[in-house]
Amino acid sequence: MSLLEVKNLTLRIGATQILHAVDVTVGHGEIVAITGESGSGKSMTALAIMGLLPQSSDARGTILLNGTDILQTSEPDLCKMRGNTMGMVFQEPMTALNPVQTIGDQVAETILIHEKTSKADAHKRATAMLERVGLKVPPTRYPHELSGGQRQRVVIAMAIALSPKLLIADEPTTALDVTTQARILDLLRDLVQEFDMGLLIITHDLAVVADIADKIVIMQHGRVVEAGPTAHLFAHMQHPYTKALFEASSHAVDMPEAAIAAPLLQVENVARDYPVARKTILGPRPMFRALEGITFQINQGERIGLVGESGCGKSTLTRAILGLEDVQSGTITVDGAPVFTGKQPNLAVRRKMQVVFQDPYSSFNPRHRVDRLITEPFHLLQDPPTGPARDAAIASALTDVGLTPADATKYIHEFSGGQRQRIAIARALIIEPALIIFDEAVSALDVSVRAQVLDLIADLCRKRPLAYLFISHDLSVVRTVTDKVMVMRAGRIVEQGDTETVFTNPQHQYTRTLIAAAPQLPAIAV
Amino acid sequence: MIRYVLGRLTSLIISLIVASIVIFAVIEVIPGDPAAFMLGVNARPDTIAALRAEMGLDQPVAVRYFEWVTGLLQGDFGRSWTYKTPVADLIADRVWVSLPLAIYALLLSTIIAFPAGIYAASRRGGAGDITIMGATQLGVAIPNFWFAMILVLIFAINLRWFSAGGFPGWDNPLLAIKSLTLPAIALALPQAAILARVMRSSLLDMLGEDFIRTARAKGLTRRQALWKHAVRNALIPVLTIIGLQFSFLLAGGIIIEQVFFLPGLGRLIFQSISARDLIVVESVVMLLVFVVILVNFLVDLAYAVVDPRLRTKS
Amino acid sequence: MNRNLIIGTALTVMFLILAAVSFVWTPYDIEALDIPNKLQSPNGGNLLGTDHFGRDILSMIMMGARTSIAVALLAVGIGMAIGVPLGLLAAARHGSLLDELIMRGNDLVFAFPSLVIAILITAVFGASAVNAIIAIGIFNIPVFARLSRAAALPLWERDFILAARVCGKSATRISIEHILPNMTNLMIVQGTIQFSLGILAEAALSYIGLGAQPPTASWGRMLADAQTLVSIAPHTALIPGLAIVFMVLGLNLLGDGLRDRLDPRIRVVRT
Repeated sequence: MSLLEVKNLTLRIGATQILHAVDVTVGHGEIVAITGESGSGKSMTALAIMGLLPQSSDARGTILLNGTDILQTSEPDLCKMRGNTMGMVFQEPMTALNPVQTIGDQVAETILIHEKTSKADAHKRATAMLERVGLKVPPTRYPHELSGGQRQRVVIAMAIALSPKLLIADEPTTALDVTTQARILDLLRDLVQEFDMGLLIITHDLAVVADIADKIVIMQHGRVVEAGPTAHLFAHMQHPYTKALFEASSHAVDMPEAAIAAPLLQVENVARDYPVARKTILGPRPMFRALEGITFQINQGERIGLVGESGCGKSTLTRAILGLEDVQSGTITVDGAPVFTGKQPNLAVRRKMQVVFQDPYSSFNPRHRVDRLITEPFHLLQDPPTGPARDAAIASALTDVGLTPADATKYIHEFSGGQRQRIAIARALIIEPALIIFDEAVSALDVSVRAQVLDLIADLCRKRPLAYLFISHDLSVVRTVTDKVMVMRAGRIVEQGDTETVFTNPQHQYTRTLIAAAPQLPAIAV
Repeated sequence: MIRYVLGRLTSLIISLIVASIVIFAVIEVIPGDPAAFMLGVNARPDTIAALRAEMGLDQPVAVRYFEWVTGLLQGDFGRSWTYKTPVADLIADRVWVSLPLAIYALLLSTIIAFPAGIYAASRRGGAGDITIMGATQLGVAIPNFWFAMILVLIFAINLRWFSAGGFPGWDNPLLAIKSLTLPAIALALPQAAILARVMRSSLLDMLGEDFIRTARAKGLTRRQALWKHAVRNALIPVLTIIGLQFSFLLAGGIIIEQVFFLPGLGRLIFQSISARDLIVVESVVMLLVFVVILVNFLVDLAYAVVDPRLRTKS
Repeated sequence: MNRNLIIGTALTVMFLILAAVSFVWTPYDIEALDIPNKLQSPNGGNLLGTDHFGRDILSMIMMGARTSIAVALLAVGIGMAIGVPLGLLAAARHGSLLDELIMRGNDLVFAFPSLVIAILITAVFGASAVNAIIAIGIFNIPVFARLSRAAALPLWERDFILAARVCGKSATRISIEHILPNMTNLMIVQGTIQFSLGILAEAALSYIGLGAQPPTASWGRMLADAQTLVSIAPHTALIPGLAIVFMVLGLNLLGDGLRDRLDPRIRVVRT
């Protein structure tokens, strides 16, 4: 009998049907991945298995863990199982830990809850577990002193402290860097082998699935659409949704030839410092060097990528290029004119640049209508169009991004994430800037939506020569939409060159590490 | 941690200095000639001159301010014009009524509010929660001095469990506390209503946080997660409110004293205001503000004890 | 329409009407003493009874409503008019000396409960309704400053603010065009709460004689006058007190109801 057998699981919350007849099986020492886009019901399935569904839920079917039906088990008995026979790791490591307790205490708590043992013994075992998960800090630290990757290790330590038979990990690496992700996935794999655990991993990232999972379950709209051993499924996928998902994940965008012309943006030896908290009362204020020796150039019509992990200085560089912040040394010019001009922005320079941000839910003022939202850049023009000319500009901007002029009178909350990014692109394009910065612009989107937005960008390039700086931590996306790429680390550009060259023949050690760490989707015939 | 404490201490000292400047400015500078103001329209010129000399009004403002502050630090609060006695003597006895009253009320308020707020949050939406929310909604709307009158009516006049007023002195501590009980309850209940609501909403916020979900995934029951994880975190924002509450309790106590004929700072202030005895008013206000700033400093220290993020700011 | 909103609005409107009507008509003239008729319990001639001077309590309640509402409303006005711009300014210049100064200033005012401010002011300028307005208003300033700063700070982190800056808009313009409109709900709700607190503060100040002076009627002073009469004529103490309770309750329910209606995630500052 398998470790975990979910049979015919149906879930209703209030009036909404969340899951329909879901089947999942996990065996000892087996890694099963549930994958799908947002709203597919993956997380709800995990919560159902743990018995952590919200109180107004109505769940039917059977969830057998080692023969015990979770759905028929009382809450006190479930409490005995959680952390003991089954453990769970969640997505957001930054908020998963109690901020006022040491990490040692929090791991020891798992042990103390379930076993009658002394505090000293629990702490000893907790310390051992923290070491086992590769954490090199003392257990007396508090969560706020740790990075995201370190916190996630603590969460894993808490979950496996009592060697549970089943570990559920809900998007455990989504919030982490590529290199950290690789290490956490390695850790999970090791633990599965060492403890003969079953691991149920939930992820939207097909590449991660291909990397780690023995079996894969594909969900859409609360239903299991297809399931099977990973390699087999990738080689012989049946369901159209699976094919679409796969295609979108490995989507190759058809980019037109770049029409490169004169230099546009020139960044020359830029350095940027931030003051940090004082350690001593007297003496100079300590500085953190966020950018060092940054030099590159973007020509008109050129499409450049920028990859790097969190904390490498991407956002600092973006703000400096946009002229929002000054730099301590070096110059940034657009068509020869400096971008930063103190308190009064130089509108003539600023109107040549626009930006598209990452979070479609934070990019717009919820109180304004779309027409007002996308005409905000008009503030940069000397003679912004008014009346019918303005309406025409709005209408054409909306149609260019695949929406309709009628959308101009709606509020932003009426649109989905993908549509909002289109509106963001419309806002960026409406004054026809020479340069657009895409700052992780597709990172928060579902795979299929992401593919559509990338296609949109390619289309726009076809209509008019567009120069852009495409910032992303997702290497596969950068590879498909850029001609040149720069790799950033700790405030420096460690490598730059033609995209294909850098990807196929990386020179710098860090670039190699980055490319090696990124999980790959196998190439298949779809 | 040391840096945090030093920082708070500096803040305390600066606040005290600025507050003292403000009080001094309002009392001694704005009326123009404080002596003439105090003595009124019909005063004789030589009386005014005598008072001016006694108050040292011919000296420059800055000097007067420094003398006043150094006097305060040495415990010399000046001499009351109406009572012709050192203000420090006038204050000394009365402070021992007003301050304990405020502390008593704070304790009562906390003892009532915390369990009520925690209970309401843990049974959210249930009958207990709704009852408590209803009671607090009412409690917040009740003026404490009116509530005091009602308490006197019921418990002192009708039931005769307590005396209707007066304070027998601290020689018999139990009797003293008994005489402060009705006043403390009158003060405490409306504040407890506010505190209970804040506790409840702070706790509800915590219960929605991710780390509570992690705790449940470890096998903690709802109750264990509430007490071991949520409550301690919920206390942090509640601490701010307690600091503010103390200043309101101190001020409210001054009003309540009127209802219960307590010989506290209240009577002293109001009589001094009528008598235009600015010296007394100045000193008492400075004292009240000092106590409030001190309590807030202690609350800040308590923060660092509860929240390790403040201790190890890097 | 939720229950809080309905009850709250009803109570508030009732008192507003009483106050408004008092400008043109009250059942009796409150300045006319009628000693033989003193301390009557509620009856046909005097719906709420008479006080120790024979004055009609209902009329005094109506006039007192006027005083309470005027003082509390103006005090909220002062608090908002000065506090909100200060808070917005502090948030726009977050981390600068100005921000630090504004925050310290707030803390300083918080060290002076409104009663103490009233004491200071009345000691020097004498007691009056205007001074009560100023005292309560001064204390409202840091409340609104702190609130608007706390609301504005997370908004400044949002991408749409960055987008506005990319479009060359100044901090002032952004504060007015983007930040303020996203705070109006919070301000409305907090405004009703401060209004209710103002009613309580005015009553307390009048009670100890530091607020509106006779012959201006005020609920607080009605309570002070009734204090010694509590056992022989309880209605003189109960009725003004209940007036305060219902007015404040009405405003609080209105505030809660508005919050639920406008945006249930709003968190108000309750002091």
